[in-house]
Amino acid sequence: MLQRRYDNITQSLFDRAQTLGIETGLDRLERQEPQCAFGQLGSCCRMCYMGPCRIDPFGNGSQRGVCGATVDTIVCRNLLREEVGGAASHAGHARHVMLTFKKMLEGRAPGYKITDREKLMEVARGLGIETEGRSDEEIALEVADKALEDFTRQDDGILNWMRLRAPEKAIKKWEKLGILVSNAHNEIEEAMHRTSMGNDADPVNLLLGALRIGLVDGYAGLHIATDFQDIMFGTPRVRKIEASPGVLEPNMVNIAMHGHNPLLSEKILERAGRLSDEARAQGAEGINVVGVCCTGNELTMRHNVPMAAHNLQSELLLLTGAVDAMVVDVQCIWPGSQRIAECFHTKVITTEPFVKIPGATHIAFEPEEADQKAELIVKEAIEAFTRRKGRDVFIPEGKTTALVGFSVEAIIDVLKKINPEDPLMPVIDNIKSGNIFGAVGFAGCPSIKLRHTGMTEKMVREMLKNNILVVTTGCTAHICAQAGFMNTDATEKYCGEGLKAVLSALGDAAGLGAPLPPVWHMGSCVDNSRIASLLGALADRLGVDVSDLPVAGSAPELVQEKAISIGTWLLALGLLVHIAPHPRIMGSPVAVKVLTEGLRDLTGGRAYVELDPQKASEGIIEHIRERRKALGI
Amino acid sequence: MKRVFLDLSRCTGCRSCEIACAVQHSKSQNLFEAIFETPPPRKRTYVEAIEGIPYPARCMHCAEAPCVEICPVGAMYREDQFETVRVNKDRCMGCLMCAMVCPNGVIGFDPDRKVAIKCGLCRSRLKEGMVPACVESCPTEALRFGEFEELERQRRLQSARVVIAALRTAEQASLPIYKENTGGE
Ligand code: SF4
Repeated sequence: MLQRRYDNITQSLFDRAQTLGIETGLDRLERQEPQCAFGQLGSCCRMCYMGPCRIDPFGNGSQRGVCGATVDTIVCRNLLREEVGGAASHAGHARHVMLTFKKMLEGRAPGYKITDREKLMEVARGLGIETEGRSDEEIALEVADKALEDFTRQDDGILNWMRLRAPEKAIKKWEKLGILVSNAHNEIEEAMHRTSMGNDADPVNLLLGALRIGLVDGYAGLHIATDFQDIMFGTPRVRKIEASPGVLEPNMVNIAMHGHNPLLSEKILERAGRLSDEARAQGAEGINVVGVCCTGNELTMRHNVPMAAHNLQSELLLLTGAVDAMVVDVQCIWPGSQRIAECFHTKVITTEPFVKIPGATHIAFEPEEADQKAELIVKEAIEAFTRRKGRDVFIPEGKTTALVGFSVEAIIDVLKKINPEDPLMPVIDNIKSGNIFGAVGFAGCPSIKLRHTGMTEKMVREMLKNNILVVTTGCTAHICAQAGFMNTDATEKYCGEGLKAVLSALGDAAGLGAPLPPVWHMGSCVDNSRIASLLGALADRLGVDVSDLPVAGSAPELVQEKAISIGTWLLALGLLVHIAPHPRIMGSPVAVKVLTEGLRDLTGGRAYVELDPQKASEGIIEHIRERRKALGI
Repeated sequence: MKRVFLDLSRCTGCRSCEIACAVQHSKSQNLFEAIFETPPPRKRTYVEAIEGIPYPARCMHCAEAPCVEICPVGAMYREDQFETVRVNKDRCMGCLMCAMVCPNGVIGFDPDRKVAIKCGLCRSRLKEGMVPACVESCPTEALRFGEFEELERQRRLQSARVVIAALRTAEQASLPIYKENTGGE
């Protein structure tokens, strides 16, 4: 018997799985529990074949690995490897987009184009590239080469994208710590090298290494990805969309886009638009592309595509029997999805040669043939639909509406209507007056281990009540959209008076005729870059370090290694980063001490582990209060 | 009478039972808090290995327990409800005579309270209808908990299954099988 109960929509899908006798992640989780304590504490080392070695957390048994490694060494090595998993994912994502951009400029990827010329110029100027009297293509090529340099250079210069996007004060801070990074791939290599058997045994040195990887993630991963995606597909603007699995349409060909990279999802969306007649010819009312996970965030922010499911719901969505094809690229794709798909007519289509799932259909998606491949994929979905026709589907009722697309540019546009010369000033004034007590970025994933506690929703509500503005990205954005935090009604319903007044004024300025929502959807997980840019701009405008701002980050239901590396980047920037469930550092007294206390003196950052939503909220609010006090406001 | 049964062929030596046991005997009963407690919680189950083959050792709650017999102050006693062997920590003076006579080597010493410590079969958990912590934590079901009679019956059925399968195979292959002459021929 399953022990956890989730929100109504999620639960209805779990219930359906039970009725149909189909296994889900929840069955698997409960069979896995109780989970291995050494694994949870990070104190199991498998780096070499004299091991695996485990350290007894209660001091009764073995205290060192065969090689003599202490629990601190073991935990910090493991942490660094986790960071590499995250940073490699983001760097890979960014590099893929950037190389496609380059191919496009060279005429080898005809399916893509420059959509946001203004952003291109902004990036080019920021990189010190000459823009006068040159063609867009020439400028763009130089921009691409600058990005490529961040993966190839062998001198000790720092990442171009760090120079471009990191606050000057932060760079100085990192220089002092000796953690400036120059080439994403070299850093990843070095991190793997230093953590293999018989290398770095100094836990503090390893933790500094973790900060380096955090910086790789932030600048060579997130920022590069966001910038090129904006240039190619457009910088998001505020728009209204629908969310929840209820966005599936019983009589349409439903294509669920799942994964991360808009290179694929943009083309599928475009082709779906062109092939709707073909779908109609097969008896469908058209093609309905819906978004899952982060590629869903990308699509919704640029094209109003409905947000169907966060990561925990990704396999559950298939239980509706209404998804004709789930098209995936990279990251966060549960292998279990294919097993559920097999119970229906649903096709899981993998597209990345290094991401395959046994039983799934694989159609390699190369940017050179983006249009042809996208067409092939959409046709597969239409074909699957013909096999669904006439069968019952179960689409949970209940959709929410959400305003999404809060890129920094979109936010500044709204603010400019209030103060065209100094757009950040209205925000700063309201922070000073306390109308905006602070801001918290909620990011990360929905944890199947915590989702039933409503961890994210409870914390968000607590923030809003205390006049703390919430920005969000990634799957947490899906949670917030489904919870109804992203529509204008939410402002009235959840916010304290100060925040309500600010959001009403902003809504008026934006010509919305209603307040702005209290939770701002700033994008996918790579778009945590946008949050950092906003914080950087605010700090610069105030002449302070990012770590001085009355803000915090929270990954209340962390799942992926990517959340660890993003979180570490934010620690390097100097933020308080709240995390739940427990990161796998708890087995090491040194790691716990450094990350939750010592780091404060180095970068200003602090990791904060708390699983109770109420206590976690109080901890964050307390931090914001301290920061305000230090700023004298 | 309920007992923990061990299937040695399934034990991988992962030590999950040891940790679960220590957490069960912590103040917080939560791993992430237990690791910060002083004094540290102590386990009552011990995974040893001979020639690379793991063996999780715990108190067997002997029906005629030498530790109970020998205890000079009557601190070791049999408890009736779950038929376990327990230590009365208020009486125990830490002489460890019990440990010296225990053939299983599963009596430990708590240097903070200066008393003998041993498995109590998680009586508090049993009262709530749960299985002992070590059993719950075992990922391979090498440790199982149930009525002694039922567990034994499962074993008998298991061995019966093997014998009967062999018999069938032999019959199908028309091998000469010895049968008692039942008369009439
Ligand atoms: S590196 Fe050291 S601690 Fe890790 S498995 Fe090898 S011997 Fe054990």
